[in-house]
Amino acid sequence: MDFELNESEAELARGVRRLCAGRYPLERVRAGEGGPRVVDRDGWRALGEAGAFSLCLAEEAGGVGLGLDEASLVFEELGRGLVPGPLVATHLAAGLVGGAQDGTVVVGLVARPPAGAGALPTVVEHLADLDTLLVLDEGGVAALDPASLQATPLGRPLDPLTPVWSLAHLPSGEPVAGPEVAAGWLRDGAVLTAALQVGLATWSTDRAVDYAKERTQFGRPIGGFQAVKHLCADMAVRAEVARCAVQAAAVTVDEPDVGDASVAAAGAKLVADQAAITNGRSAIQVHGGMGFTWEVPVHLAYKRARVLATQFGTEAALAEQVAASLVTPSGGGA
Amino acid sequence: MDLRYSHAEEAFRADLRAWLEGALPGLPAKPSPNDWPGRRAYDTHWQRLLFEAGYAGVDWPVEGGGRGASAVEELIFKEELERAHAPYVGVNFVGLLHAGPTIIAEGTPEQRARFLPAILRGEEVWCQGFSEPGAGSDLASLRTRAVRDGDDYVVTGQKIWTSHAEVADYCELLVRTGPEDSRHKGISWLILPMDSPGVDIRPLTTIAGSTEFAELFLDEVRVPVTNRVGDENDGWRVTMVTLSFERGTAFVGDLLEAFELLTSTVDVARRTGAWDDPGVRRQAGHLKAGLDALWALTRRNVSQAARTGIPGPGGTLFKLAYSETRHELGEFSLGLLGRAGLAADDSGGPGGVGTLPARTVLEDFYRGVSLTIAAGTSQIQRNIVGERLLGLPKEPVAGRPR
Repeated sequence: MDFELNESEAELARGVRRLCAGRYPLERVRAGEGGPRVVDRDGWRALGEAGAFSLCLAEEAGGVGLGLDEASLVFEELGRGLVPGPLVATHLAAGLVGGAQDGTVVVGLVARPPAGAGALPTVVEHLADLDTLLVLDEGGVAALDPASLQATPLGRPLDPLTPVWSLAHLPSGEPVAGPEVAAGWLRDGAVLTAALQVGLATWSTDRAVDYAKERTQFGRPIGGFQAVKHLCADMAVRAEVARCAVQAAAVTVDEPDVGDASVAAAGAKLVADQAAITNGRSAIQVHGGMGFTWEVPVHLAYKRARVLATQFGTEAALAEQVAASLVTPSGGGA
Repeated sequence: MDLRYSHAEEAFRADLRAWLEGALPGLPAKPSPNDWPGRRAYDTHWQRLLFEAGYAGVDWPVEGGGRGASAVEELIFKEELERAHAPYVGVNFVGLLHAGPTIIAEGTPEQRARFLPAILRGEEVWCQGFSEPGAGSDLASLRTRAVRDGDDYVVTGQKIWTSHAEVADYCELLVRTGPEDSRHKGISWLILPMDSPGVDIRPLTTIAGSTEFAELFLDEVRVPVTNRVGDENDGWRVTMVTLSFERGTAFVGDLLEAFELLTSTVDVARRTGAWDDPGVRRQAGHLKAGLDALWALTRRNVSQAARTGIPGPGGTLFKLAYSETRHELGEFSLGLLGRAGLAADDSGGPGGVGTLPARTVLEDFYRGVSLTIAAGTSQIQRNIVGERLLGLPKEPVAGRPR
């Protein structure tokens, strides 16, 4: 057992971090705020060339042939770079929707509300950027042409970089995969979304710590006061604990012998959602009044974390799933 | 990243599991919690059995009398002992996890030869004399004085939170050998024989009703200079070596125990019907996910220790997060007992539910309260994370006493 990054894993993460810094500087990301389209097609193709969408696709299918282990490292960096767009959906669609794997198309995904959930409209992210919209439920995956949908754009989206639309009716679409693929997507999507959350939790920590070092009050940097220092310390702890949980879940998906991958994925997302949300909130708190302004970017990570927490399992559903493993022991955990 | 165990690691696990199956049924009955001589006899007997089977000091170096195995095998060792419900390290904690590793790292060849084998064989028990009534979180302000007199130090002062003092043979003792205001630059690390004249032990009762702790009063106690570990006035550095082990991997067994506690708590909830409440199930789900995450962090820390030989800063992160989670778990378990948790004795229980483990739940509840204080309070750990890991400005330290 060696649960440390090996050299090629560490280099992969560094490479994606460099790519994000070059392609997605914060000013450029923020330029899309509030607009209906936030996906930069050149950037998306650059992500595709770097393997962000094809990492887990077999080599014979034109992919990189690596595992969720490596993908979780890549997605942590994408989260940390606040990269907007349906990253997880496009990654999952690689090999199923032509062009997804190399980033030449943008694929979105929405979970079909369970039957009997009432006549609530379906909310879809990034519709104007999408070439294909996939609909996921336990029975499988179906594809829809976004242009064919009767969609209403929703004003003032929670995350200004995640525009949303409302669909009064979600057509059944053309089936493209069965229940086995759907189950795998629910699990892998949870892990990759959780990895994005770890990146956000880390970004929020870094912003808070930087500010706590430079902002002075009472003649001292505010990070010297325990009240602020301890907020920052708790943020660092949350991010690191969540990082380990997500990476362990990813490794468990790749090597199912070491535990129950579905429970590990659900638990990791539960922990990572909480880390990203709480750290987002703490970063605003450390910034004080400035943290509540639109100009200071810390709200973006908090809002993105809230968006991601609604995807691939809500808190209640994930907690129930993990709790169920306590009464039907299946080898998860210690 | 690889979570699979190698063939050698799996073979180690299989051998240990087989040995445990043979050894555990022959153990005597467990002594009662406050019977310290009985607990010493029980714990040291177990240590002797481990020694004879080659499992004493799994990750200690061979020169120190240990098995010389990796941190990963030490993790497997702790995992298997917990799984088999083997005795906990008990009164051997300070010897095996504090004093021993410190003497291995900093002791003279004579000190290693004299003290290490006796710890491994379960012949000698150690206690800790670090904290003082006036020096808790601010350990560097300690005032117990050691004055050189020929080949001895003459030690006078007071120590507190000295676990197992009543049944210990030796104490790892921090003393002031420099000037009064020398703080961390004037501390030395001594081996104090507990039967020395002038050592007075007064038990302290904890909120759990246990007499595990004691206060230690030292009145002109003579300690040979040859019992000093490390240089005179270099004891702070030696202490940091000790504490890095304590905060590093010393809580692994405790975490594994927490998984068991959660499982038995869920069993209680199912028997009482509380499990039908989605709120209860979700709280249990959160706790399980939290413990699994800490298990992942443990494997990360152990992997780092296996690569570098010393516990890294991950130990501090673990201690902070684990102690908070453990406290939540204690509150959750006790809450689920309802009024059956109002006493450690079994209340008889409502019809059909059967005996509820009030005694165990209360012990674990108290343990949860202690963990955010013991081995450095959560507040001090947050200072460490903030200052050493995140580079935030240091706390102001008064240069000298007012």
